[in-house]
Order: sequence, then structure tokens, then C-alpha cells
Amino acid sequence: MEHIRLPKAENVRLLNRLSPRRSCVGTLYLTATHSIYVESETQVRSETWVLHSLICRLEKQVNTSTGSPLLIHCKNFQVLHFVFPQEQDCVHIQASLQRLSQPEQYEELYCFSYKPNVDEAERKEEWSFLNLKAEYRRLGIPNSLWKSSPVNQSYKVSDTYPAELYVPESATQQVIVGSSKFRSRGRFPTLSYYCKDNQAAICRSSQPLSGFSARCLEDEQLLEAIRRSNPRSDFMYVVDTRPKLNAIANRAAGKGYENEDHYSNIKFQFISIENIHVMRSSQQKMLDVCELRTPSMANFLEGLEGSGWLKHIKAVLDAGVFVAKAISEEGASVLVHCSDGWDRTAQVCSVACVLLEPYYRSLKGLMVLIEREWVSFGHKFSHRCNHLDGDSKEVSPVMDQFLECVWQLTEQFPCAFEFNERFLIAVHHHMYACQYGNFVGNNQRERQQLGLRDKTHSLWKHLWDTRGDYINPLYRTDNCQSQGVLRPSTAPYCFKFWSGLYNRFDRGMHPRQSVEDYLMAVREETVQLEEQLASHKEVRGQRQSGS
Amino acid sequence: MEFAELIKTPRVDGVVLHRPFMPTVEGTLCLTGHHLILSSRQDNTEELWLLHSNIDSIEKRFLGSLGTIIVKCKDLRMIQLDIPGMEECLNIGSSIEALSTLDSVSLMYPYFYRPMFEVIEDGWNSFLPEDAFKDLEAMTDEWRLSEVNRDFRVCTTYPPLVAVPRDVDDDTLRKAAGFRHGGRFPVLSYYHKKNGMVMMRSGQPLTGTNGRRCKEDERLINATLRPGKRGYVIDTRTISVAQQAKARGGGFETEANYPQWRRIHKAIERSNVLQDSLVKLVEACNDQSHSMDRWLSKLEASNWQTHVKEILTTACLAAQCIDREGASVLVHGTEGTDSTLQVTSLAQIILDPACRTIQGFQGLVEREWLQAGHPFAQRCSMSAYSNSKPRHEAPGFLLFLDCVWQVLRQFPCSFQFTEQLLVLLFEHAYASQFGTFLGNSAAERVRLSLPEKTVSLWSWVNRPQEIDHLSNPLYEPNSLVIWPSVAPQSLLLWEGVFLRWNRSPRCQEEAHEEMVHIIEYNKELQNKVNSLRRQLAQLETQEPPLQTP
Repeated sequence: MEHIRLPKAENVRLLNRLSPRRSCVGTLYLTATHSIYVESETQVRSETWVLHSLICRLEKQVNTSTGSPLLIHCKNFQVLHFVFPQEQDCVHIQASLQRLSQPEQYEELYCFSYKPNVDEAERKEEWSFLNLKAEYRRLGIPNSLWKSSPVNQSYKVSDTYPAELYVPESATQQVIVGSSKFRSRGRFPTLSYYCKDNQAAICRSSQPLSGFSARCLEDEQLLEAIRRSNPRSDFMYVVDTRPKLNAIANRAAGKGYENEDHYSNIKFQFISIENIHVMRSSQQKMLDVCELRTPSMANFLEGLEGSGWLKHIKAVLDAGVFVAKAISEEGASVLVHCSDGWDRTAQVCSVACVLLEPYYRSLKGLMVLIEREWVSFGHKFSHRCNHLDGDSKEVSPVMDQFLECVWQLTEQFPCAFEFNERFLIAVHHHMYACQYGNFVGNNQRERQQLGLRDKTHSLWKHLWDTRGDYINPLYRTDNCQSQGVLRPSTAPYCFKFWSGLYNRFDRGMHPRQSVEDYLMAVREETVQLEEQLASHKEVRGQRQSGS
Repeated sequence: MEFAELIKTPRVDGVVLHRPFMPTVEGTLCLTGHHLILSSRQDNTEELWLLHSNIDSIEKRFLGSLGTIIVKCKDLRMIQLDIPGMEECLNIGSSIEALSTLDSVSLMYPYFYRPMFEVIEDGWNSFLPEDAFKDLEAMTDEWRLSEVNRDFRVCTTYPPLVAVPRDVDDDTLRKAAGFRHGGRFPVLSYYHKKNGMVMMRSGQPLTGTNGRRCKEDERLINATLRPGKRGYVIDTRTISVAQQAKARGGGFETEANYPQWRRIHKAIERSNVLQDSLVKLVEACNDQSHSMDRWLSKLEASNWQTHVKEILTTACLAAQCIDREGASVLVHGTEGTDSTLQVTSLAQIILDPACRTIQGFQGLVEREWLQAGHPFAQRCSMSAYSNSKPRHEAPGFLLFLDCVWQVLRQFPCSFQFTEQLLVLLFEHAYASQFGTFLGNSAAERVRLSLPEKTVSLWSWVNRPQEIDHLSNPLYEPNSLVIWPSVAPQSLLLWEGVFLRWNRSPRCQEEAHEEMVHIIEYNKELQNKVNSLRRQLAQLETQEPPLQTP
């Protein structure tokens, strides 16, 4: 509360970018967690709530004859354009929001004060909704080829890895520890996904500390063990998801990539996905285009091309397709890494999983996948989403890109996914909103120290409970799109601009009628009809047997 | 028969056919006067039956004695024929080229085509101007049907009957015609029932450099204004293009002579620019060099989406003037046969729910394109693959269809038809067994005796099975005006036409089937529940409830 320098500003105008006539006047209230704008002069009370953790940038513009404009850019791509009649109000509001949107400590985040009407037992239940151990069991792990390893139980080998890890049966403790010393941040090669049908596996790690000539026997042994855990293939792929030049540059810093001469039976492959800095500036350029007031078609297409955004999305999907093909068609295991193995590696492994297995195209399956590949394997959500006042160079829309890849796939395969666009947007929203504890912290160890499971609520249970909103009516489990491996086209013209996310709040731009909502309503009615039919039949039966 | 001279080799065996998304077929290639036919020898079913008039251009390649002909169609499909024997290949190639570029209309397939279906309603009589006028008469008595153009003398590109203000006599019309490009004097295009405002269209006024005026023309359009009201002239050209037109005898309505009209200039491009844009767009879509930058920059450079945006924006403007401002509108460009029709027909899609039904949309195409004198024969004689230099070719109608698709995409439940109807019209406008799109005007269609000698496309479309196939399962009549968004983010590339042969349609078809299934199942249950209710009600009345002892 001490950060609120002005709790309330009156006669504030909220401008509508697309149709200036729809602008309105109202009062802006600041609370500890939200800013609430209440329109005056309307019959129906109309409120706009902005969660402070969603604010990413405050832009004070030059005063005009009507007042002092303040633009609030949010992480969910909402842009609010307020005009304050008093400059003083504007200054105070800006200063307050600046502080409120950039907490210095985790404990200030919304999830620690968010208290829905749920008792403690239920809250605890929420956290056991997803269970990664069960997920590995579903994959058939552990088995005679893969075992659970206790090596990182206390986060000693790698402080950014989860405690529970799966490694080849033949990998000894000594080999693992040896390998971890040869990998950035101790992130040694470990199991990500296992294909029950052909025993091929996706493994993930960080880059090897190979420099110009260094090698590590244990690391080589670990890769050999991974290859041998797939008895049907005599080679494995090592996929470095970085552009080759970047990987080479890393060698000078004592890092780098696997030398094919040192590792037996590996096929080494670069797949160029750019780094977090390139992605950050690409997204910003794209958002600038989205926010143009009245762009011409040429402005828009040139801007979109210039941002490079779709090119990057295509690169991620291409990489996922490569890995999925290696597993499903060649039956070869794949080790995926980038530099640290928590950004591009997470993208590529999870895209490959969505392509490979129908389960990950279900509502719960995608949650499990995000929980495993992103949350447990230490994608640095706090840094990438800028939850706390931190280094702006650490911010990057890596997870946005994964969600967009899934969206692009739903456009190509409209019957293959159980969830709809709204679900992807909801995940995106909550990743930044910090209302739930799931995406707070940078890795499992941090989350444990923060006691998130004891103090906050879990998003997954909430999404599951409201799943009626997130169902794709066209999804059918017996459809050939839903089954088997997805083989998307990655020709450039298959990629669309995702206005549903990036222009989410410009409602006028979206189709005015939703096919999905229409079909959901029909389906709901159908369920009622089925019930009526059953009860009528019963009544008729009674009548007929009674007579 | 003349065709025999053009067919050097009527038949070749062992030809291999490659088509998008279909298995390769080996068979016998036959050329007839109007078709290229390939049938596999195993069974006698035809594998390919392609109209020569659908062929835009061909490309020949040779590898040893094996020749390959790439056939590029006006519907943008590409097929490949591998023909053994160099001579056969050359003969086939030159025969196709000759047969696909026949000049004489009377040799066109529609004159030879005999329908294999029963004609329930003759499409040539389905959309007569007098019938359309009956609907108008029911709403207002301010308009009359004039026969001034009975023998096509006043305007060669207008139909014999046109709707004009009741109080304006034919003599005035004749004089106004002399002052408008191509004799296209202002006529009624659309009457907005809600407020009685109208949309008219015409050719440009022939003011020339010395500012000619025509009292009759002024009287004619002023007669459409309510007392004290102002109207809008929407000139589809930029002000500078309109200025330049003066030098060639054309021009625009000046404030001095038309004080009750406000003029707005828009920037819809002319024919040759649009044709160039289509060629570039199709080339971009067929470019397999998988780079995102290249694709986006070629898409942008084609300008196609820019044209879509500009046309829709202008149509929204016209609709806004009528519905929101409560003002009447006159639309014209230069000739009044291209951009003018795009605007007037799209404005009606926006304003008039009737135009969003299957029948209503056909009526709109008939009224605003065919009867209104869009020169289809000239505009659609070549498509995107043609090697010859375009003269009068332009994809104005295709752009209109594209714009309708954009609106349909934004209002998926407000149209009785699906995208399929739009694709079908695109195909038939460029090559067809039906006579509907032959000729350039009503006058030409009479001269060519099309209604007597050919079958109408509408005869075929309006059979129950075809209607069924084109119906939108999501349709719920929507009596409102529908305002599409014209933001670049809202306007997509029309995949159904431009990527149709590059992407397998399977997944989208499955989605459509699933949609139909969900809705059909619901209807089926409704029927079952209703019949059970009736049964129960009958049981109720027939048997009094059993008395318990």
C-alpha cells in the first residue's frame, strides 16, 4: 500500500485506438494488486481491471490540449491509453504503477495474496492434480532401459534441474556426475520423452564445455548409453538448436558443441533458432506493427516481415519436425541442446512431443507437457517474463513462441486438438499474471525455497475445473488427425499472424461470429436433447408396459 | 468439323499424369474439340476431363525422347503430362495451344454442351430485371422501369430495362446518357428499405477540360434526393486520376454544378494493375523456395491484399453513407463496369441480408455484374499463367469474390452459402460448360443467342443436390447490417483459391464434415425428441391413467 501515491484519479479518459468515438470518461482507482477503471455516465457499470503484474511498460506522452496521456502496455498485449486532466495525477499514477508493477521481492507477487474461497485441503489437492511421476509411468518409464536416478535429489549436481531424473539403465552415478561437470550449469543429458512404440527417446541437456579440443570420457559414455537404450538403432542424433556461428563463438568461451570424432555413432546437426535477445527484439518489432493506428496493408506486411517473427516461429516448428521425424520415421534417439538447455531446448522438445503423441494434444496432456519440459526442467519463468524488477536483457518470449507453434498447428489440424485458442491464450495470460504460483521462480529448487506449494494456488486445477471454456468442438479422438504423428507443412504460407493473441484486445479486428461458440452451443443443446430423449423413452416404456 | 484440323495427334498411349494430391495415373491421352481427356487403360473410367478453355498456358520440356507438358489452368491448378515420343508431345502441345485460344465464341463448349441433368428451373429466366423490380415496387413508388434502352441504342452495355426515378422521363435519360462514359447514365443499383436511401451507379461524366455540364444529368441524380438532403458521389479513382481523365473527355462532378452532392475519391486500381497483381500473387504462392522473408515480401509486393482492403474500405464507405448518414450515393469510376461494380455489389452484401442467401447472391451477381455489363469475356479470357501480354484482362470479379470471402470469414454464420459457391463462380467465370459468363454485356448475350443455345450455370446450381452441397450448416438468417473489419490483421490470404493446389484440403474437409456432423446429429435428436413427445401426448389422450385398485 505504501507504493500508492494516489489512490484515485477522476475524469480520466480512456481512448479507444480503433474507434475514437468509443472513448469514455471515468475514474481510475489503484489498489495493491489491480488498477480499476470505472466508466462514468453509463447505465451499466463498466469496469476495466488491470493486474499490476501484467504491466510491462508505462509510457508518458507529451501533454496535449486535453490533458496528460499515459500509455500502459501490458504483457498480455493490452494497451490502455489514458488521458489525465491534471498532469500531477498522471505523474503520481505513473510513479505508483511503476513500483507496483515491478516488485522487488517474490513475496510481493499477486499469487501470495490471492485467496480464492478454497479451503487448505483443497488447495493442497490442487497441487497434486498433475503428477510427473505418473506421466513418466504413462510413458512406460522406468523400464529395463531407463531408470530413475537419485543423483540430483538435493539439487547438488545441477541446481536448475528437477530432483527426479531418468537416465539410461547402464549409466552409473560416476558417469552422470562426470558428464554433468562437462555441461553448462551441470545440465547433463537426461530423458525428456520416450516413445513406447519403438523405444526411441528424446533427451535434453545444455552445451558441452568442449572449447576447442576438450573432451570428457563420461559424457561420451553417457551418450553411448543413451544410444544403446534404443536397441533398434545403431546411431543417434545430437541436435544443436543454435545457429552454427553462435555455437562456434561459444567455443572461445570454453563451451561449444560435440565433436563427431569423439562420440561414436552420433549424427550431429545444427538447427538455427536465434537466441533470446533476437527473439525479444523481434517480438517488440511485431508488437509495434500491431499497435500502428491505421496501418496500410503494405505497412503491416512490411512490418511483419521486418520483425522476422514468423521466420522464428517457422524455425522452431522446423526443428520440432526434425526431431519428431527422427523419432517416428528413423527410430533414432535424439539429444537436443542449445546453450543452457532451458529455452530453445524446451521449445524443440515440447513441439516434437506435440507432433509425436496425441496425448499432448489433449487439454491435460498439454498441461503435463508444459509442467515437465518448461516448469520442471527449469525454464527461467521469472527472468523471461520479468516477474520481478530485474535485468531486461533476460526477458524473452520463448514460451510465447511455443504456444504460438501449437496455435499454428491447430490452424493446420483443426480436429487434432482437444483445446481451443482460448486455452493457449489463458496459459499465456497466467504465465505473466502471477495469480497462481506455477510460473513463479526460475527452477524447481527456487520454487521449493519459496514454498509455492504451501502458499499459493495451482493454475492447472483451475483451468481443468473451467475446461468447458477451453474445449474445441471439432476434436474427436477417433479422427485420423487426432491419432498418430502430425506431419505439418512448414511452407512459409502456412504460417499466419496470430491476431487472436497479439491483437487480443482489439476486439473489432476479430471475426464477429465464432464458429466455435456456435458449435459449442449446439453441442450443449445436443446433450440436453439426449437426456430428454432418454427420459421420454423411459416414460414411454413405463406407459407401454403399464398398459 | 473445324476442330479436326487443329488436332494433329488425337490419341497417345502411355501418358503419365501428375496432379496435386492425387496418385499418378498412366493412361491414354485423347484430344477432342473441347476436352483433354486422360483415361487409364485398366478400367474405362476417365481420370481427367479438362476443358481446353480452362488452359491458361502450357510449358514443354524434353528429356531424351520423353516429353513433358505442364498444363497451367485458369483455376490456378497445374498438372503434368509425361508423353513418350517427341513428335507426339510437340503435336499435343501445339494442338492444346490452338484449341485453348480459339477466338470464335460460337466454337466455345457451351454451344456444344448438353446437360446430363434435368433442368428444373431454366436459369436464364431466374433473375429477370422485371422480377427484381417487383420487389422494389412493393417497397416504394418513387422508381420506375424504363425501356429507353430497349434496343441497346442508348447504352450498349446496359440491359434493356433499368430502374430510374419515376419523375424523370426517357428523353432526359437519353440526354444524360450522352453526358456519361459509354452512355452509362445513373441508374438504380440498390434501394435501402430501412431508410429509403439509394445507391446508384454510372460511368464518369464527360465534362472534359472545358467543364461541360448537362442539366438533364443533374436533374436525373437530384431527383433521387429527398428535399433538403445531400448525397455522396463516390469516385473510385484518386483525385489526380480523375483530373487526368478530363484530358480524355472524362471528368467528375464539380461542386458548382452538383451543389447537393459531396464527392469522395478513393483509390481502387485499374484493370491492368490488378492483372499484374494477380500474376505476382500466384507466382508468390507457387514459389517453393522456403524462406519466410521471401514469401512475405512477395506477398506484399503483389499488392493483392492492398486491393482487397481498398475495395472493401470503399464498399464500407458507401454502405456507411447510406445506412449511418442516411444519404443516397452515386458510385462511379471511369467506365463504370469494374471498380464501380465491386463497390456497389459489396455494399449490398454488407447492407442487405437477402444478398447473403444462395439465391440472393446469384441474383446479385446477375444484377450487378452480368446485367450491369461487366465485360466478362474480355476480363476473364486469361488468368494468372498466361504468357501473352494482357489487353483487357483483369481479375476484378475474382477480387470481388475474395472480398466476399473476407466478409464471410468474419461473419461465418450470416451467409447461407459456403466458400464453395465463391470458388465455383471463380472457376466458371474463367472456363465453363455453361453460357452464363460468355459475352461482355446483355446486348452481346442476346446477339449470341446464349439463352436459346446454351445452358445457364444457375440451372445447374439451383438443383437441390447442388444447393445442399453449397449450403452453410452454420447459417442463421441475420437481418442486420454487417460491418467487416478492414484492418490488415483482419484480411487474410484466400487460401481456398490461392493455396488450393499447394496444400492438401484433407484436414479442412474433415473439419467441415465434423461441423456438419455436430449440427446434423443435433437436428436428428430434435426430431426424435419431438416425435416421442407426440407419441407420449397421444398415449396420454388415448388411455386414461390406470386406476390404482
